[in-house]
Amino acid sequence: MNIFLILSVLVLIAISIWQITKIFELSQAKKVNTQVANDSDNNLNGKLMFAFLIFIYGITIFSFWAYGDVLLPNSASEHGADYDNLMWISFAIIFFVQTITQALLHYFSYKYRGEKGKKALFYADNDKLEMIWTIIPVITLAGLILYGLYTWTDIMTVEENEEALVVELYAQQFNWKARYAGEDGVLGDANVRFLQDFEGRNLVGIDATDPNGFDDVVVQELHLPVGREVIFKMRSQDVLHSAYMPHFRAQMNCVPGMITEFAFTPNKTTEEMRQDPDVRAKVKKINKIRVEKSKELVASGDTALDPYEFDFLLLCNKICGASHYNMQMKIIVETEQEFEAWMNSQQTFAEVIQ
Amino acid sequence: MSTAEVHTEEDHGHHHKETFVTKYIFSQDHKMISKQYLITGLFMGIIGIAMSLLFRLQLAWPEQPFGIFEVLLGKWAPDGVMDPNVYLALVTIHGTIMVFFVLTAGLSGTFSNLLIPLQIGARDMASGLLNMISFWLFFLSSVIMVLSLFVEAGPAAAGWTIYPPLSALPQAQPGSGTGMTLWLVSMAIFIASSLLGSLNYIVTVINLRTKGMSMTRLPLTIWAFFVTAIIGVVSFPVLLSAALLLIMDRSFGTSFFLSDIFIQGEVLHYQGGSPVLYEHLFWFLGHPEVYIVLLPALGITSEIIATNARKPIFGYRAMVASILAIAFLSTIVWGHHMFISGMNPFLGSVFTFTTLLIAIPSAVKAFNYITTLWKGNLQLNPAMLFSIGLVSTFITGGLTGIILGDSTLDINVHDTYFVVAHFHLVMGISALYGLFAGVYHWFPKMFGRMLNKNLGYVHFWVTAVCAYGVFFPMHFIGMAGLPRRYYTNTAFPYFDDLADINVLITAFALIAGAAQLVFLYNFIHSMFYGKETVQNPWKSNTLEWTAPIKHIHGNWEGAIPHVHRWAYDYSKPGHKEDFVPQHIPLKKGEEELQH
Repeated sequence: MNIFLILSVLVLIAISIWQITKIFELSQAKKVNTQVANDSDNNLNGKLMFAFLIFIYGITIFSFWAYGDVLLPNSASEHGADYDNLMWISFAIIFFVQTITQALLHYFSYKYRGEKGKKALFYADNDKLEMIWTIIPVITLAGLILYGLYTWTDIMTVEENEEALVVELYAQQFNWKARYAGEDGVLGDANVRFLQDFEGRNLVGIDATDPNGFDDVVVQELHLPVGREVIFKMRSQDVLHSAYMPHFRAQMNCVPGMITEFAFTPNKTTEEMRQDPDVRAKVKKINKIRVEKSKELVASGDTALDPYEFDFLLLCNKICGASHYNMQMKIIVETEQEFEAWMNSQQTFAEVIQ
Repeated sequence: MSTAEVHTEEDHGHHHKETFVTKYIFSQDHKMISKQYLITGLFMGIIGIAMSLLFRLQLAWPEQPFGIFEVLLGKWAPDGVMDPNVYLALVTIHGTIMVFFVLTAGLSGTFSNLLIPLQIGARDMASGLLNMISFWLFFLSSVIMVLSLFVEAGPAAAGWTIYPPLSALPQAQPGSGTGMTLWLVSMAIFIASSLLGSLNYIVTVINLRTKGMSMTRLPLTIWAFFVTAIIGVVSFPVLLSAALLLIMDRSFGTSFFLSDIFIQGEVLHYQGGSPVLYEHLFWFLGHPEVYIVLLPALGITSEIIATNARKPIFGYRAMVASILAIAFLSTIVWGHHMFISGMNPFLGSVFTFTTLLIAIPSAVKAFNYITTLWKGNLQLNPAMLFSIGLVSTFITGGLTGIILGDSTLDINVHDTYFVVAHFHLVMGISALYGLFAGVYHWFPKMFGRMLNKNLGYVHFWVTAVCAYGVFFPMHFIGMAGLPRRYYTNTAFPYFDDLADINVLITAFALIAGAAQLVFLYNFIHSMFYGKETVQNPWKSNTLEWTAPIKHIHGNWEGAIPHVHRWAYDYSKPGHKEDFVPQHIPLKKGEEELQH
């Protein structure tokens, strides 16, 4: 059935393309059979160039109108606002330049479409103009580079401190684990060589001879206290992975054989995010889609989809194999008290290996 | 008007007897080799584009079985449902084929070969033999790449960047077995081919220019091919070293890129290597590669826009300077692919700086193209449409580079569909437009016949609309946080509201694919039945149009024309015609522009 549908669509497309050819043919004077553009070709294509400008503007406006709500999800980390600012400033510049240059390009293509007997202006050089459009980008980019580097240094400078929570993110095909440093605030040494110790209960390969590791806690769900800096130490046991947390404007690759770092301070709890009007609107929209889909599924004898509820995401964003598309971990941001309570209910490494 | 002058110069036209094999197969003639490159490139292009349509179907309707999958993918799509490993293989081979086989060899190989000797006034390439070997190595690497599609466990599937350890360990995914070995072998041969070709181009441009063809009179096409060849010679060997080290890690147990790995219940022996080293080596080529793909397209565009606008290209010196600036900068920006790879953030700052600098020469080029159109007498031939289209996608795609090149902003859009949208517009579509523009423009030179212009117009307009239709909305799903190389995004209900956009994109992609059939038909039909061309159909200034329509060994009967002016004397006051070919001497009192 499907294949039939697709085939018939393709046939229809082919026919319509054929018909468009006819328009071009009819628009041409029949007498000269040359394959070089003549006045009527220039005229038609020049006008189409203008139409194309409108199309570009149109698709831009349409995309923002129809899909604008999916752009850059609400941020939930302290540096998120800085990031978003830089993003929107860059976007404003881009849109300004895009609007002007596309207009000039397509308008000139339309305005100066060729005509027999007309002669073009012999205009080969103008150093002043070249200077202008070298200097303007230089100034604009200098501003963007400085602003960007300032923000970058701010985000990427990770300083160890007493306050911060140290969490190891551990990646493997195809799931994530997290390790908390425990009471002493220090992660025990670890290496993949220790993974087979204790009949596989040593999930992230903690070195049992390092006393710092005994109070470490290994979990499959990431809990973070709100308002406290989290320093992530990232590891991978097999191939490259990338820990991508879009709501926190955070991403860092996990590289086998080395430890990479990223730090941020979550500033909204999961609960707060769920109350956010934008997020609620999004959840509502998604659930509407899921209800529709469920109807189809039930009709064909499958089970319906669960309703969706917002949660922060940790995704894998570096190709890592067959289930790359489904390598995820739930992130829960909660108050300090809730976090402590949850942490106390977890088993330490010492308890796990007993 | 072709052989207006006769020079007293010895005739190099050596006519030895040619057999079918030496003429059509193991030919050393640059014109034949260029056609061989084009046809091999187009064939690979069909495979590459067809693959993209398959995975677009999968992305738009992830849960649906498609009969076509079962037909084309066989056991890898049981009951018409695509296997995730095959999805990854498709995106990997699509990327590899399009970047290297179509847009590097197919574009540069075709037009550097065709145009360098013809436009600088040479009888052939400096070494016809190396040129022939270069093509046949390319052909061999294409054959191996295609064969790799048929191995038991499937072709390479680690992404076109084949980062280890994924690409190094057969345990990590099925594609990293024999498929990856063939990929590496194919690419090693490809690099050898590319190096031989590039060396030949460089030597030819430096040594074999006809009398009067100073470097400052070179058409911009030649400048672009020349500089491209230099970037290739500088950067491709580094990729070769990466490939060789990876082959050693895979087959001989060395640890260049691997360390501390536990996979499939087993600790591997590798110690002390780093995948980050591979990333550096790969992108040291990988980034210049973008310009290896793009510069020839920009060169072709410069030539076609000037010819069809009937105006000199605006700012010739600035155009040459920006080609050189882009080439230089392209070799020191590779780290912007690695902002979040774990390398030192300070290094990220440096790469942000160098990367954003590239926007300057790029902006100069874009503005110069636009000014060239201003007050022109635009002949809107299909080649011209594709060239204008190139400038349009180059701007749209290039601008988002300002976001991706900024290390800070890259954090959240790295490896999302935003990147996919960006590079497809700025180098994929743009370079493809350059290839099409070149084919429409020089088809008469290659085959002695014209392509049908109406089919050309349809091809352009449908493609142009679909290119924006596919890649513009793609920015949005990237900004929403959707990673690339996901077999489906149904594993995340959070992305459910992007399903519509994916359907729209796929619809545009299918139509775009259909439009390429129009081109293919036009190409094949016109090769045999197209209208026969006249000597200089586009009334162009460059030397290739002074050579006879029928291809002869040595390019010109009699002496090679001498050059007396630059290539852009279009609509020059004081001349009756609106073009003055390069071999026409200056009139009495006529000034040559200072450049």
